[in-house]
Amino acid sequence: MTLASSQNALFITTTAIYLLSTAGYTLYLFLQKDKLQHTAFGLMCLGALVHAVTTGLNTWCMGTLPVHNLQQNLSIAALVLALAFIVLKFKLNLKILGIFTAPLVLIMMTAAMVLPEAQPAAESTLKGFWLVSHIILIFTGEAALALACGAGILYLLQERAIKEKKRGFFYKRLPSLDLLDSTSYSCLITGFTLLTMGLITGLIYARSVWGRFWAWDPKEIWSAVTWLVYAAILHGRLTSGWRGRRSAIMTIIGFAVLVFTFLGVNLLIGGHHQVFTK
Amino acid sequence: MPEIILIGLNHKTAPVELRECLAFAPDQTRDALETLQMQAPVKEALIFSTCNRMEILFVPADETATASVIRFLSENKEIPVADFKDSLYIYEGDDAVKHMFRVASSLDSMIVGEPQILGQVKKAYKNTVANKGSGAILNRLMHKAFSIAKRVRKETGIGDNAVSISYAAVELANKIFSDLGKRSVMLIGAGEMAELAVEHLISNGVQSIVVANRTFKNAVSLAERFNGQAVKFEEMETFLKDVDIIISSTGATGFVLTKRQVKEAMGQRKSRPLFFIDIAVPRDLDPAINRINNAYLYDIDDLQSLVNDNLEERQREALKGERLVEEAVIKFRWWLNSLAVVPTIKDIKQKLECIAETETDKTLSKLDSLSPEEADAIKRMTQAIARKIMHDPILFLKNTGEHRDDTQYLSVARHLFNLDTALEGREE
Repeated sequence: MTLASSQNALFITTTAIYLLSTAGYTLYLFLQKDKLQHTAFGLMCLGALVHAVTTGLNTWCMGTLPVHNLQQNLSIAALVLALAFIVLKFKLNLKILGIFTAPLVLIMMTAAMVLPEAQPAAESTLKGFWLVSHIILIFTGEAALALACGAGILYLLQERAIKEKKRGFFYKRLPSLDLLDSTSYSCLITGFTLLTMGLITGLIYARSVWGRFWAWDPKEIWSAVTWLVYAAILHGRLTSGWRGRRSAIMTIIGFAVLVFTFLGVNLLIGGHHQVFTK
Repeated sequence: MPEIILIGLNHKTAPVELRECLAFAPDQTRDALETLQMQAPVKEALIFSTCNRMEILFVPADETATASVIRFLSENKEIPVADFKDSLYIYEGDDAVKHMFRVASSLDSMIVGEPQILGQVKKAYKNTVANKGSGAILNRLMHKAFSIAKRVRKETGIGDNAVSISYAAVELANKIFSDLGKRSVMLIGAGEMAELAVEHLISNGVQSIVVANRTFKNAVSLAERFNGQAVKFEEMETFLKDVDIIISSTGATGFVLTKRQVKEAMGQRKSRPLFFIDIAVPRDLDPAINRINNAYLYDIDDLQSLVNDNLEERQREALKGERLVEEAVIKFRWWLNSLAVVPTIKDIKQKLECIAETETDKTLSKLDSLSPEEADAIKRMTQAIARKIMHDPILFLKNTGEHRDDTQYLSVARHLFNLDTALEGREE
């Protein structure tokens, strides 16, 4: 078996494990058996492990992080999201967030699988400390913000049930508003911090490669917009008490802008990040 | 004659006036049990009495047992039989077993799934044991009742979800706040239901309590009881920025708190959530408060509909419980049947051994030439033949396979060996 085909097999295995984990969480949502949740979480950990090994192998073969086309980007983002969720689960024990994370990871992996494989750009500019830091920070930050969005969606579902006094499917299955709100908030802070650091390292990298910090590239502009949106949410929360419902809605909007920056700009507008999404 | 009989009445068959008259107080139960055992032909007996039911479970010694037990009730409680006869239910055999299982599992309770009943049943059984009122059948029946009750509680959601207004309020508070230990409650006014809700919140961890009342004296005494802080009614509004849960139950005709007041407080508390519980009729709190961001207002009707939903949910879960109970009844019937086999086996043994003995004696009396040792050997041989012959039928009767109707096999066996006429003949 060649290296490429064994990597491919590992990739498919990873996706399959994530699929099982998603199934586990879905069953847990309906049946509320703790065993299912434990199994689903275990599968998520296993998936992330295999995924990490695959990515490690890839990095070792290429001599750099595999972030050169959309396929690789999605895979890395999925891995980071899975890891972020695992960390969060251990810190806050918010089990039900798996019902958001597992399918999202699965969708990213599936998208990565079905996308036609583009020839990775073999530019020498895509190496170096600043770039690697930039990518890792941005991806981790995005994963945290994705989790914040997930907690926000769950918050809105639960808030609606309590406010409208119609206890539907989710009321029993979701934890307290407090817990969902504070989870969303901690993810928001973590994500925003990482995003900020990621953007700074990006600026430094741009200076070292293109000789200037800022090039008015569409991706750069949208990144700034995303950052501003999140800064506004945090500001509102800290100063004028944007918590609960309003904060949850803003977190979801923020994530939508983030996804657009991550995918939309490259696919629709273009720019010098273009190579990553071919 | 059934193995077990249960007679009793409960909240469905008898009004409270009658239940009061027939109830046995805890300190009366053992004396009553003793009298019952002396007066009525019962082999084993148990008296179970709560405010919602009075049941006597017994193993009859003869056909008159049921009538005797009813007479005992009438004499002991000094009520004519006619006054309570119509409210009584009498269950026999499997029905009695099923009823006992349902009672212990809280399926027959006024509030299905209420957890106290199992403890009460256990207490009743303890009394019976102390009075030596229980034997093989009641011992097994009661232990099975305990285990089925535990199983029903564990495997169905019969005990989940609040079924009282005050518990429903706590349940909601737990869906809004993650740690009630860090939250504080303000009680406005007073009232049984509101105070109960405060007590439930305290037992769920709430530590800080503020009591506001138009009569400051009342506020002080309530605050004393809850170990909280008493405040003047006029100060109440200023406390909105500090407390998290507000329970209101005043006799006021207008609104005690308006949307504007709460909105102002919300700004001061940076939109930290506020949970309002309005137990008063007419309502104390402006319904528009519920429209404020991060404020949640439930009035008594909202809580009641929540309780109704939960009760329906319990009824659904109770169906699962009924299935578990029926399964246990079937298994108990198997055990009772296996008990029924014992006399038949004894009779078969007796009959065959008797035949072997008489026939041997007849033969031996004609054989004078045998030495005593030889005669003994022949006796032993004939007994051994009798034992070998009955070995397989007995084995079969003991284990006919639990899916079949044992009583039928038993009756066939009795006919086959002609046991009943033989016995009758002997009695004559």
